[in-house]
Amino acid sequence: MSTQLAIFTREHYLNVSYGWKSWLFTRDHKRIALLFLMTITFFFFLGGAFATMVRLELMTPQGDLFQAQTYNKLFSMHGIVMIFLFLIPSIPAVLGNFLVPIMIGARDLAFPRLNLLSWYLLVIGGVFTLWAIVAGGVDTGWTFYTPYSSLFSNTNVVLAVIGIFISGFSSILTGLNFIVTIHQMRAPGMTWFRLPLFIWSHYATAIIQVLGTPVVAITLLLVAVERVWRVGIFDPALGGDPILFQHLFWFYSHPAVYIMILPGMGVVSELITTHSHKQIFGYTFVAFSSLAIAIIGFAVWGHHMFVAGQSQYASLMFSILSFLVAIPSAIKVFNWTATLYKGSISYSAPMLYALGFIGLFTIGGLTGLFLATTAVDLHVTDTYFVVAHFHYIMVGGMVMAYLGGIHHWWPKISGKMYPEGWARLAALIVFIGFNLTFFPQFVLGYLGMPRRYYAYADEFQVLNVMSTAGASILAVGYVLPMVYLIWSLRYGESASANPWGATGLEWQIPSPPPTENFEETPIVEEPAYNYESYSRASV
Amino acid sequence: MIGEGFRLFPVQASTFAEKLDRLYLFLVGMSGFFAGLIIILVITFAVIYRRRADRAPEKTRTSLGLELIWTVIPLILVMFIFLWGADLFLDQSIPPQGAEDVYVVGKQWMWKAQHSNGRREINELHVPVGRAVKITATSQDVIHSFYIPAFRVKQDAVPGQYRTMWFQATKAGEYHLFCAEYCGTDHSKMIGRIIAMQDTAYQNWLGGYTEETPVQAGEKLFVQFDCANCHESGRRQRCPNLGGLYGTTVALAGGGTALFDEAYIRESILDPKAKIAAGYEPVMPTFRGQVTEEQMLALIAYIKSLSPNVAATSTEGARRPQSSAPGKKE
Amino acid sequence: MSLIVEHQFDDYEQQQQATTLGMWGFLATEVLFFGGMFVGYTVYRMLYHAPFGEASRHLDIVLGAVNTGVLLCSSLTMALGVHEAQEGNRRMVMLFLAITAALGMIFLGIKFFEYYQKFEEHLIPGPHFMWNGADARHASLFFIFYFVMTGMHALHMVIGIGLMAILVFLTWRGKFSSVYYAPIELGGLYWHFVDIVWVFLFPLLYLVERSR
Repeated sequence: MSTQLAIFTREHYLNVSYGWKSWLFTRDHKRIALLFLMTITFFFFLGGAFATMVRLELMTPQGDLFQAQTYNKLFSMHGIVMIFLFLIPSIPAVLGNFLVPIMIGARDLAFPRLNLLSWYLLVIGGVFTLWAIVAGGVDTGWTFYTPYSSLFSNTNVVLAVIGIFISGFSSILTGLNFIVTIHQMRAPGMTWFRLPLFIWSHYATAIIQVLGTPVVAITLLLVAVERVWRVGIFDPALGGDPILFQHLFWFYSHPAVYIMILPGMGVVSELITTHSHKQIFGYTFVAFSSLAIAIIGFAVWGHHMFVAGQSQYASLMFSILSFLVAIPSAIKVFNWTATLYKGSISYSAPMLYALGFIGLFTIGGLTGLFLATTAVDLHVTDTYFVVAHFHYIMVGGMVMAYLGGIHHWWPKISGKMYPEGWARLAALIVFIGFNLTFFPQFVLGYLGMPRRYYAYADEFQVLNVMSTAGASILAVGYVLPMVYLIWSLRYGESASANPWGATGLEWQIPSPPPTENFEETPIVEEPAYNYESYSRASV
Repeated sequence: MIGEGFRLFPVQASTFAEKLDRLYLFLVGMSGFFAGLIIILVITFAVIYRRRADRAPEKTRTSLGLELIWTVIPLILVMFIFLWGADLFLDQSIPPQGAEDVYVVGKQWMWKAQHSNGRREINELHVPVGRAVKITATSQDVIHSFYIPAFRVKQDAVPGQYRTMWFQATKAGEYHLFCAEYCGTDHSKMIGRIIAMQDTAYQNWLGGYTEETPVQAGEKLFVQFDCANCHESGRRQRCPNLGGLYGTTVALAGGGTALFDEAYIRESILDPKAKIAAGYEPVMPTFRGQVTEEQMLALIAYIKSLSPNVAATSTEGARRPQSSAPGKKE
Repeated sequence: MSLIVEHQFDDYEQQQQATTLGMWGFLATEVLFFGGMFVGYTVYRMLYHAPFGEASRHLDIVLGAVNTGVLLCSSLTMALGVHEAQEGNRRMVMLFLAITAALGMIFLGIKFFEYYQKFEEHLIPGPHFMWNGADARHASLFFIFYFVMTGMHALHMVIGIGLMAILVFLTWRGKFSSVYYAPIELGGLYWHFVDIVWVFLFPLLYLVERSR
């Protein structure tokens, strides 16, 4: 097939029009996905830069690289940028936006203009956050606990809060769009139980985005009100209750972590099935476990507050529910593993990322059980154990899933293949660097090293140096894809419509797809991941 | 222990530490088992079933049985862990009777502690080995957290509230004290030492302090702030007698009850109209802004020490501090 | 007066269902948004019900009740407007939507008068807050929630009035017919929601502890 010629002459969503207006005013979900891709990539590296500085300081027990105040700003901004401007949007806004309509057989999302607005809101929220950073930073931690954030901090809390508030609405609109699209715009024959699991997990994510984000929006707004008008909403000296803030904050921020991981799980379901050419094991269980995680996830927020001063009985309730929310995740891991059994497994970069995800997410999830155990949490909360736990899930899980997804759908998005050798090397480097960075932190946490410390007790140094060394390796692993993916745009091999021999509607249309996605609305007659009756097409 | 150098596992220096580490090691073992299982299976499958041109993948067979097994077994395991953890947790949240009282006030960026006999420490806390110690903590400004890794205990110090935790040291030595809730610029410097000593040495150390006890300081403040005017003398019909009330449940005006604990005393002094005792009018003035956290603790210690028959002398105007007049009634 | 079906939809019915579901989804987010404030208010009311009750009695119950009546009437006129849209009566639609907007403006007028009253009575939290009763700090806390909650509600009213204005304009331009009037329906949904929020705000803020 003369794909080379086809790229030059065939019209698709990238070459249908040129010029900045055609991008900034686009309504094409695929272009909007790319706008998001550029924005969140920028914030990923910004957040990574902060992390680099944090880890450099932590090489020595004394605070000798930065002043205390500066360090406090660095870890705060690392958290704020990574969570609100990278992790929350990441997969849904990039891969979700690009793929949700195509996977269900639609021409676009239900509300294309809202989709574009969603991107602008992320950019505006990002600008406010950048303003907060440039104006001197914010040092409250991404958790903004009162009364420190509302009364004592001398930094740009209000600016940062505005940035988060606005970017929160970006998230809400994306979620709203996905819910309506998935309900209303599935192609004929695409019943709920024929949907790819990527769609199920984005649907569950969207529910959380829509219901949870408004609560943190109003909570942070109240903090801003308290700061600006010096009235006491959460300040005990003025009649308020600082623990109320924590309840309101975590009511969103715990489900938020499921916003961050569920899409990654959806990606992994796609990667595992495609790259082992095998139907998923336990489709229904995996689909419902996404919903279960979303729903139960709203009921566990108090596990962040076992030592904050809530009643023991509340703590026990939250503890038991936190154990329950782990079960659906375990079900997914077992089902993915069972899918590999007697499959036909390729060692492509996306598969390496997916396999890495399974291992690292398992470790991260198991350490969540430690934290759910009230008695253990008394010791390890607010220590590096928690830091290690959430980085295992977010970085070892989510970021690996994201990179795996970017590589897996890169041919579809760009029409080019990435260089497989470099990609595998990068995946390996990320895996090694990641474990070296974060595994020592479990040990540090149980030893008692608290979080957010820029100077620490001497005996913690060895493990901290290991962690920093790992971080430097991890950084290399992240820079490599930036380089070779951009390289591939110009020099990469042209991709066919279905380089992986995968099922799924997105692989039935050309790479890159035309603006309308489908020439004719597809009619779906087969279950998802129907690999048996599918003749294997190799690259 | 401080100064010991590199370790992979923290020292066990409290009764709770020993119990917790057992649970922790069980969790480590169980997690290691499952993580290892998954990782080995994944790698094995990835190798054995790698893509080969001469072998097609097999059809996936669903298995409800397998799904149930790997749902129910984890469920049972987590419930077991929950119960074990809950048992330890409940144990650890209720201080035993007769525990040695220590009051801690956190402020940016230091820890101030006071023993029941009045001896004060800053960023250090001497504790006896083999006896329970109950910490009542609060903060003067933002939220801090009082954390002793060697004892495996931690409790947030919240401004405007009193929170308790307890521990019993099992090994003499010096252990790290860390602030574990981010509290601003010098959060990392808000650290100190817990010095656990054999009981006799501890008693000697404690006895080395012969100045004012909190109860005595509180007694003076009780007079200085004019509390005695209402709460002790013949004017009792205007305000309730405070003797013997600590630890009991009091009836409130407008219905409801309240536990007469440190938090209640504190609130009554700062926000007297919030919870009026049944049968009394809201006439008590507020002392907010006049009483520091440490004075508050002294007053609380004094009020705790009052016995039921303390109604002092009926001498007009003369205000005698309580103490030695049991059985003397109005 | 043609039916506009956007390119991503297969037919008008799909578009209508999608936009309606979208509006309901958006209203769900609004419930959670106000919900955060309601939770905060409820917690503090339970903790400090005496000062909150005392503070609540300083609100003008007459004005609050009048406002409630005004909003309920506006929801009626809104519903009538939607009904007229179903019938295709352009003039009546414009009339009812305009009355709805006018009632909304009356509501805002009364509200801002109330705010002004509070300003005169030194009941706006902050440095000029003056409280004669007990427990000024907790009374001030009541007023913070009063202003933030009613203020947020008022903001939503302003947006609603703006929506009404746009809908009136579009109706005048002939955009709608008895076949296509979905935006009016959706505008109605939004308006009713804002009304319902007030129906909860009013008793919670104005009617607690009135029996004393």
